[in-house]
Amino acid sequence: MPSWSNVRSDFPALHQNVGNKPLVYLDNAATTQRPQAVIESLDHFYRCDNANVHRGLHALSMRATDAYEGARTRVARFLNAAAPEEIIFTRGTTESVNLVAASWATANLRAGDVIMLTEMEHHSNLVPWQLAAKRTGATLRFLPVTGDEGQLDLSQLDRLLTPEVKLFAFTHVSNTLGTINPVADLCARARKVGAITVVDGAQSIGHLPVDVRALGCDFFAFSGHKMGGPTGIGGLYGRRELLDAMPPWQGGGGMINHVDFLESRWKPSPERFEAGTPNIADAIALGAACDYLDGLGRDRIAAHDRELAELAHARLSALPGIRLLGPARGRSSLVSFAFTDIHAHDIVTFADEDGVALRGGHHCNQPLMRKLGLTGTTRASFYVYNETSDIEALVASMERILKFFR
Amino acid sequence: MSDLADLYQQVILDHNKRPRNRGRLPTANRVAHGDNPTCGDQCSVYLRLDGDRIADISFDGSGCAISQASASLMTTQLKGRTAAEASKLYDEFRQIVTTGQAPEEISDLAAFAGVHAFPARIKCATLGWHAALNALKGDPVAATTESHKD
Repeated sequence: MPSWSNVRSDFPALHQNVGNKPLVYLDNAATTQRPQAVIESLDHFYRCDNANVHRGLHALSMRATDAYEGARTRVARFLNAAAPEEIIFTRGTTESVNLVAASWATANLRAGDVIMLTEMEHHSNLVPWQLAAKRTGATLRFLPVTGDEGQLDLSQLDRLLTPEVKLFAFTHVSNTLGTINPVADLCARARKVGAITVVDGAQSIGHLPVDVRALGCDFFAFSGHKMGGPTGIGGLYGRRELLDAMPPWQGGGGMINHVDFLESRWKPSPERFEAGTPNIADAIALGAACDYLDGLGRDRIAAHDRELAELAHARLSALPGIRLLGPARGRSSLVSFAFTDIHAHDIVTFADEDGVALRGGHHCNQPLMRKLGLTGTTRASFYVYNETSDIEALVASMERILKFFR
Repeated sequence: MSDLADLYQQVILDHNKRPRNRGRLPTANRVAHGDNPTCGDQCSVYLRLDGDRIADISFDGSGCAISQASASLMTTQLKGRTAAEASKLYDEFRQIVTTGQAPEEISDLAAFAGVHAFPARIKCATLGWHAALNALKGDPVAATTESHKD
């Protein structure tokens, strides 16, 4: 069981110097560090259980299959899905969204239909829908963002959410603004017009308690590496009846019941959507990440991350000429800011010399950046191992940068 | 501080704060646009070519201190040069930002030698140059750093 009193010691990569300064890792919205338990899970699988899953009749294959399917059950419990069959393992959020766009959207959308998105979507929850729209003749529609405070303009929802909207895809937490969207409310409103919902959970999965049934979403896409798990593994939650009615999106081994020269019949979910040898070791390690986060307590993680983000927001707001994006309170685990006279990439290069790892740029949010009149922002994002001293290091680094450039 | 002080030399900070030849050139007869999709930096270069000689030059755009200062300094270096001289100067500049070694006769451009210690920033330094060379070729299509080998 992990404990809050020594969280930092669970993450080996944190304990290093960058140049001659101790690492202050504040790029968690891009990817988190991994706890020892996840690293050991990977190590254990390759040392002891490594074999291909399914159809195997030998001991190692059976162990690998049990561990892989056990991870699916574990992830289902992490999301409070109704059954493990509602969890499809993918490479991550991007692939999960693409799966829905390739399978559900291609089978169900036609000219005259509308795909609704919001103006705060990451490119991974925008470009797949642009491609789907092109394939099907459907059009895209956007729920606006209010401005620097970064809220969805819910006053426009009734006007925009018309019966032509067949699919509403939106992010749970904005990776640029830190806004937490009212997912349950948006899903309920979408259901009223018969639209299915796709929630981009990349920035919420590791930070907020996620209960897909309480949220009422049809699909929930997420990445393992943003919750302490490995890269290259993530998942798609989908409601069972939707998944069972969807065609495969990739063909290959493992997803078929019967194959003939001219046609095949496929398995139900989840196998239908997992052609080929899956990412076995990383899926199992993702299960270990679920254990780790539940061990810390996800309500406590949410409170910890929110407190750090609010503190950072308050401390940074005192810097002259800073423009802070997103809500001051009730935000998720990141802050995003800009100076009119200093470019984000110069800031990130400077902060790196102080050992502070930040991200600067458009954060895969180019249309939102243009709307806000920005070319990019600097983003600091927090996780379970960050402390108030990390925020002091961030602020001190920003003060040094302002002095240098002004 | 040594690497960063090398990167952000006084010359660079000065050009970043007070860019030279900035803004659209009304008399331009060549223009090219460059962008770096990985970081969103943009740079347009405007030229008035008089025969083979750059009679006037300006730039416009947005980006980090390195990209903006480099474009600014570049305009001061290219004014009055022929296309062949500009191309040779770019080769030398590229040598400076990739190796940190500056030929003796090069003066202000040597300020960018510190870039070589930050490989991720080389594209920032060369963005304006890509646009300028494309403008010289009479090629008004967008230059992108992704289609050039740095």
